[in-house]
Amino acid sequence: MIRLEPRRQHSQAMVYLSPVLAILMTLFVGGIIFSFMGKNPFDALYTFFILPISNSYGISELFVKATPLVIIAVGLSMGFRANVWNIGAEGQLTMGAIFGGGLALYFHDSESMFLLPAMFVFGAIGGAFWGAIPALLRTKFNANEILTSLMLTYVATLFLSYLVHGPWRNPEGFNFPESRPFPDAGLLPIIYDGTRVHLGTAFAVFVVIAGWILLSKSVIGFQLRVVGKAPQAARHVGFRQKRMVWFTLLLGGGLAGLAGLFEVAGPIGQLQSQISPGYGFTAIIVAFLGRLHPLGILFGGLIMALTYLGGELAQITLGLPNAVTGLFQGILLFFLLACDVLTKYRVRFGTPVAKGEAI
Amino acid sequence: MTSTTGNIGSETGMEMTKGAKPAQLEVRGVTKAFPGCLANDDISFRIEPGEIHALLGENGAGKSTLVKIIYGVLQADQGELLWDGKPVKIHSPHDAREMGVGLVFQHFSLFETMTVLENIALAMNDVRDMAALRQQVVEVEKTYGLPLDPDRHVYTLSVGERQRIEIVRCLLQNPKLLILDEPTSVLTPQEVEKLFETLRRLADEGCAILYISHKLHEVKSLCQRATVLRGGKVVGGCDPRAETAKSMAEMMIGQKLTAPDRRGTRNFGDVRLDVSSLSLVSDEQFGTDLKGIDLKVRGGEIMGVAGVAGNGQNELFQALAGEIEILGTPDCIRIDDKPVAHFGPRRRRRLGAAFVPEERNGHGAVPDMSLSENAFLTAFRRMALSACGLISEVPTRSFADNIIKTFDVRTTGASAEAGSLSGGNLQKFIVGREILQDPGLLVISQPTWGVDAGAASAIHQALLDLASKGTAVLVISQDLDEIFAICDQVVVMSEGKMSIPRPMAEVSIEEIGLLMGGLHDHEGDAPQMAPAHIEGGRVDQA
Repeated sequence: MIRLEPRRQHSQAMVYLSPVLAILMTLFVGGIIFSFMGKNPFDALYTFFILPISNSYGISELFVKATPLVIIAVGLSMGFRANVWNIGAEGQLTMGAIFGGGLALYFHDSESMFLLPAMFVFGAIGGAFWGAIPALLRTKFNANEILTSLMLTYVATLFLSYLVHGPWRNPEGFNFPESRPFPDAGLLPIIYDGTRVHLGTAFAVFVVIAGWILLSKSVIGFQLRVVGKAPQAARHVGFRQKRMVWFTLLLGGGLAGLAGLFEVAGPIGQLQSQISPGYGFTAIIVAFLGRLHPLGILFGGLIMALTYLGGELAQITLGLPNAVTGLFQGILLFFLLACDVLTKYRVRFGTPVAKGEAI
Repeated sequence: MTSTTGNIGSETGMEMTKGAKPAQLEVRGVTKAFPGCLANDDISFRIEPGEIHALLGENGAGKSTLVKIIYGVLQADQGELLWDGKPVKIHSPHDAREMGVGLVFQHFSLFETMTVLENIALAMNDVRDMAALRQQVVEVEKTYGLPLDPDRHVYTLSVGERQRIEIVRCLLQNPKLLILDEPTSVLTPQEVEKLFETLRRLADEGCAILYISHKLHEVKSLCQRATVLRGGKVVGGCDPRAETAKSMAEMMIGQKLTAPDRRGTRNFGDVRLDVSSLSLVSDEQFGTDLKGIDLKVRGGEIMGVAGVAGNGQNELFQALAGEIEILGTPDCIRIDDKPVAHFGPRRRRRLGAAFVPEERNGHGAVPDMSLSENAFLTAFRRMALSACGLISEVPTRSFADNIIKTFDVRTTGASAEAGSLSGGNLQKFIVGREILQDPGLLVISQPTWGVDAGAASAIHQALLDLASKGTAVLVISQDLDEIFAICDQVVVMSEGKMSIPRPMAEVSIEEIGLLMGGLHDHEGDAPQMAPAHIEGGRVDQA
């Protein structure tokens, strides 16, 4: 029999080392999987994790991919801190893209400098709106936000699909399920020439800093932490849980919406039926990889972005299926959770027997 | 039994050489160090079969560490344990239970959403047939006078009833040594007497009992021998029956005790807390509804609320603190003549009210946050510890430092986690946090539960000082000694109703005991209930 026994005192160092350990084990298991697929594991791991960032363009692409992950994960982590489990960032991202992108399409011949800021606002509103629905259901009817936010993701992605197949399809687009390209005034400026690094990346850095201040320096961040750690103490001092549900879902939704807008107004430049390779879901892993701390999330976002790049490269140069990306993300989450469990518990083998007899 | 163990006291380590019957448990030279602290320093003592042995000491004296070593939770760095005269290694609580050590924790480890029986089943080493277990439970309950419905859910039980689960749980294992950590903090005099009967019966059957308590008159009436710890060392042993509560307390803290100073006659001011016809339907399944509570507390007055756990005191506290919604008129609770019944906790605090709940961890404080953050928790508005929505670190820290200094909180500093403090120190911190906010009204529930004599008398003195400055203080307590020590008036809660207030000077323990039992109308023909140990003298007044 195998049992888990709680550790009486768990190492503080392990709390921070466990993501590192999880990454190392992911590499190890990944190598084994590659060798089963008939590839040299060292070559494959090199292709997957080193090659993508071996030149400056690759590094710039890493930032591009990390941008939505970091923005979304910072928002989600606020909720997770307060025990609000928003799993539907993918849907909020999609809604943000629809709202902000819709504005760009409506003004498709505009050259106004106000178009882009207005798109930001609409994108954030779109995401926050999609986050508000689970918040309302949770606070009014006590419906579990994990389920409602997740289900709303499918509503949002299908809605986008409907729009680009139907009313918003590009009239000059040869029937491809895509919208018109956004006008130049509705595209994010590139902040580093010759790359795709856009204004959203700078915003992601801002979100990390702002998130850090919010969480550790602000009264509302304090309330979030108290609600999450000791709900009864929160009630005692009048920090209302419902307010935290609203705040975190609106904030998380708004940031996811912005991230979605940055994707369509940045690297993509139009609305398509597929605008995200699952950033909203991957951001959940990023949030936990970063220990729900904005600075940690920055690193977590870069690592997860690497799996996207590595996956693409592995497809091209090694002929591996795209599923390898998801596989790596899954293995990483698995090891991360396992390390967390083992930080708090120890494994004991054998059935409980007395060991206390006289010697 | 007592004849062989009457006066051995401190030379316990030598007993083995006398060739007498081996002790049930002998602790020899046990030493345990934690980073920065020598928790146990060469501790030796022995407990005979059938002996009720007291372990005395202030918070931080090393009692908990020693108990954890005996129960296999911790391993000693040096020294050994002898069980029935043979050296043993106890690697885990599981080993300890197998050997026959039972432990009733100070903080109960129960699953709230499960039934009594399920909780008991969970603690058993081997899985049994539930019907048979139920039979056993009922039998033990009957034999030792511990009434408890096996199918009740734990969250519906009072603290006193929860403790019974722990005791039954231990007794089912037929322990040879039963350890009780602060067991009577939550019981009525009658319940305490019942528990003592149970313990005496167990001892008569040959079970050794290690009894940890700060209530020295109880130790005096129950125990045959005591070992006193201070700063991790054994500083002496005594026969509690030959000592006074005061002398033992002084041995524990190593200095003379002073009785709370009431500073002469007290002048009461205006009514600062006015509760009228407060009724409340509890939202918990087995909670107690409040029925037409009337209560007035004047400035400078300390009002005690006595009663057996689970008679509506929790609901009263929550209603006063604003934790639960009150549907009646806003008038039914007034603070300084302002109707506040519809206000949340923050608005009540802004009016100058402060609250200290019974449970420290997770209710009064957040265990895994620092003391600074916990100081901020209730004080940030009144002490202006935030600016522009941000926490002002420097004033917050200095406020926390001030609490630590003023109330002599033993800790490594304001950045220590609240959960790392011992019960008494955390309680001093929480009480200090509220008192330093200079409240006009303080509602405090079980101010000294699980707190040692030194900390308890510090808290009592702080409450008296606060009242003398004109604050209205409402003390909800199940500890009658405490109510007698500090209160000016007392009311008793029973089944959600409140008795009329009585001045402390005119009321007797018997009368309160009867009111606690709900015998409002039959005072004449009530049985004699005043238990002897209550009269043994109160530490703080001795």
